[in-house]
Amino acid sequence: MRFAYYPGCTLKTTARNYEDSALASARALGMELLELPRWNCCGTVHALAKDDVMHYLAPIRVLVRVEDMNREGILEGNYRLVTLCAMCYNTLKRANGVVKEDPDRMRKLHDIMEREQPYEGKVEVLHLLELLREMGFEKVAERVERPLTGLRVAPYYGCLLLRPRGFGIDNPDSPRVMEDLIRALGGEVVEFPYRARCCGSYHTVERKDIVAEAAYKILSQAREMGAEIVALACPLCSFNLSERQDEVEREFPGFRKIPVVYFTQLMALAFGLGEDVCGLDQNHVDPRPLLRSKSLI
Amino acid sequence: MSTLLAGRVIRISERNGRFSERVKALSGEEIDLCFQCGGCSSACPMTSQMDLLPSKVMRLVQLGEEAVLKSRTPWICSTCFNCAARCPRGIDIANVMEALRQMLLRSKFDHLKLETVGREELREIPPIALISSLRKFTS
Repeated sequence: MRFAYYPGCTLKTTARNYEDSALASARALGMELLELPRWNCCGTVHALAKDDVMHYLAPIRVLVRVEDMNREGILEGNYRLVTLCAMCYNTLKRANGVVKEDPDRMRKLHDIMEREQPYEGKVEVLHLLELLREMGFEKVAERVERPLTGLRVAPYYGCLLLRPRGFGIDNPDSPRVMEDLIRALGGEVVEFPYRARCCGSYHTVERKDIVAEAAYKILSQAREMGAEIVALACPLCSFNLSERQDEVEREFPGFRKIPVVYFTQLMALAFGLGEDVCGLDQNHVDPRPLLRSKSLI
Repeated sequence: MSTLLAGRVIRISERNGRFSERVKALSGEEIDLCFQCGGCSSACPMTSQMDLLPSKVMRLVQLGEEAVLKSRTPWICSTCFNCAARCPRGIDIANVMEALRQMLLRSKFDHLKLETVGREELREIPPIALISSLRKFTS
């Protein structure tokens, strides 16, 4: 099955390991993710101000590309757009929801994007995790060649995969999609209360201290609950919970570093797609010693 | 904690009403529904850095107290929507925080000064972080 796929800026720069492992894993499951032609940045955050029109331009242009792919016959009647980055997912999905119910805003947008085809509102924005759930985790389990036996994984959702209500991929109070996936891959799930607590997000640019405190709380709780590794789905969460561990170590003596990976890296590993595709060398806190100790690589 | 309000008498005038209305329009939220249960403040992961709890910000906006624009709180908010997920009145408090930020940003105020962030540091930061912080904190 072929789907339109939106990578977003960070998957092409600091989160290559996320994209490579996701595309390979999807292929292993019979899904072909076709990168949108001429995509642009979605803006990373949804425009919350009610009178905002300008910041809808970027996400809506992206959605027009999906309709273009169908017009050009690259896709046939498949208007589902698959995302990986949690922020892109949220921004595209919310912008899509707003314009579909606000013809006035849509008209203003069409006036500004005069060289584009008008957006017909056909697109459905999805996260890869939703697609895996739809396919069935028993199907995912069937594809596993090297189960993650004995690996204690704490799934971390962060904010935008779950909130605000109505725009998340799962129940914001008791999500289970990542837990189900990890079990299907043969891993052991460590549930921890801070799995949906904010990592500090964009404060990482000029308030590293805020992020370090958030990361300390989240990661040390995951450790206390018995996790050996954290799995997540957002390149900003990943930066804050991995790279910023250097900061955490400086500010909170006694803190023990813990590897943080994308859920797709665990998938590619369990599917036996090889270490190269997993890109484990790009993770800031090296997960390889742990994985070697479990004979997983 | 709220030196911002210490000893202040809030006098309600038409001007206060205009301020409340502006925040309502920008946020799209029914601010008057808030009955001060404090759920947003207990759900917020950032309160240790704030000078006003989110629920206090809500009360001040209801009263039309413009001093709320001097608060650090909207700039500490990381838009995680935990407050909105917990509010029993269905108010998205993150939208109210955005409205308060916008009122300042639209007067050509920049909260983020990129020149204070070192060059080395900027090279390390992924695009997703730079773009989102510029979107949230600059005009």
